[in-house]
Amino acid sequence: MLCCICKEKEATVHLTQIAGDKMQKVDLCEECAKTKGVNDPTGFSLADLLLGLGASQEIEQAGGGSEVRCPRCGFTQADFKKAGRLGCPDCYKTFAEALEGLLKTMHKGTRHVGKVPEALRQTRDLSDRLKLLQKRLSKAIETEDFEEAAILRDEIKQTEARRSTPAT
Amino acid sequence: MDIHGFLTPPADSARRKGPHDRIVMSSRVRLARNIKDSAFPGWAKKPERIRVLELIRPAVEGLPEMKDAFADAMDALSTLDKQILVERHLISREHAAKSAGSGLVLNREETLCFMINEEDHLRMQALRPGLQLRQAWTAIDAADSELEKKLDYAFSPELGYLTACPTNIGTGIRVSAMLHLPGLVLAEQINPIIQSVNKLGLAVRGLYGEGTEALGNVFQVSNQMTLGETEAAIVERLEKVLAQIIEHEENARATLLEKKPKMVYNHIGRAYGILANAHSISSKETMNLLSLMRLGVDVGLFPGVERSLVDELFILTQPAHLQKQHSEKLSAEERDLLRADMVRERLRTVSRPLAKPSTLPPGAGLDKQ
Repeated sequence: MLCCICKEKEATVHLTQIAGDKMQKVDLCEECAKTKGVNDPTGFSLADLLLGLGASQEIEQAGGGSEVRCPRCGFTQADFKKAGRLGCPDCYKTFAEALEGLLKTMHKGTRHVGKVPEALRQTRDLSDRLKLLQKRLSKAIETEDFEEAAILRDEIKQTEARRSTPAT
Repeated sequence: MDIHGFLTPPADSARRKGPHDRIVMSSRVRLARNIKDSAFPGWAKKPERIRVLELIRPAVEGLPEMKDAFADAMDALSTLDKQILVERHLISREHAAKSAGSGLVLNREETLCFMINEEDHLRMQALRPGLQLRQAWTAIDAADSELEKKLDYAFSPELGYLTACPTNIGTGIRVSAMLHLPGLVLAEQINPIIQSVNKLGLAVRGLYGEGTEALGNVFQVSNQMTLGETEAAIVERLEKVLAQIIEHEENARATLLEKKPKMVYNHIGRAYGILANAHSISSKETMNLLSLMRLGVDVGLFPGVERSLVDELFILTQPAHLQKQHSEKLSAEERDLLRADMVRERLRTVSRPLAKPSTLPPGAGLDKQ
């Protein structure tokens, strides 16, 4: 995890602050923590730190100053700045650009590699299978192997049908 | 049914056994899930929260492992009952603050607990005594796989499970263990340990998680990163780090007993002295002293005393549990008096600690299983 200020050094100081019912987190490298006076937890506000840098700044930059609003839930960047949480799952699309940098500093990677819901995994497997079949079909047509092409076309049709009605 | 009647009595709860429970008090794996196309609880209006609750609650109650579960809406529970659930580490402090539109489903064995409309629509956790992260992960993974058949989760192929806070996105997993580390605290090695654990991308928190202090030398260690790593890899990393912390704690205890035995005996003896004789004591002081007594049991200064006696007092002396034993509303001062009375009474049959362990107690050395 990289420091969320300098984005260069490894973050070793991890802070969580609860102000009212809001919770905020920052991850800093040792040097940035020192320059920000983080060692004295009473004398500094995590909110200010976050407002000045980190999350909110990136969100602001991405929005170019104009108010971006989530089309599904009406959540804005200002709301995120205040709450440190998003409005709905679609907010990840709405604020994708702004969140990218934030996610990079927070996590090991920016792509999910863990568990996938079974139904989705099946659709994904079928999509992969379809791509493969289509590739083989073009090759069969190219080599004028029409017998093989006919078989492949049937299989593609079946796979497409299965994808549109996933087993529950 | 009343939640207090449902919960395992503290005496039984304190007797739960698990691997390495001398140091690892409990293991927990939590998953955060949300429902597609619905605003997160913190942003949703009340009708939407209620709709989500009414969608999730029956799905959870329908799980085979949740037969005979306790299920209720958070606004049906009293503040005191919610506080008791927090003291048992079954719900978060954040969830205790919720009311209408939030809910709780807890199984009989208290090994599976579902918080509905906490920070996310669904936070499910598996709990186990001692060091059993893998078992906890397997249990919650199975429950989650059953639930995904009934609930349409918010999931993105790139970002994984979408959560209210970007810190939980991806796997939505939080793997954690509650550790009792008096040796490292007394040896003044706890801060460097915390720092090196932080460097590995893990968080160290206090007794009640986020933003709480480490009362009674109890620390929670958990993963912070949830995206870009598989659940299994996260569990494995935690396991490795915990194995090292356990070893450091055992080493710290062994070294202290060898190099500074008087300092250790002094702390334990004084802790016993105050606990056995005080007439007014705060919950914070009680926990810190009980921690030293627990250490005393571990190193063999209290022959014949079970660790569960101390662990039961850990639960019973906390504010909400103490209040629950009395019908009238107690002030903090009154609680301090009643707490001291209860601890004195419980320790009446416990002899004062030996001047030094008579023989090398079992497990006083390195506890390598």
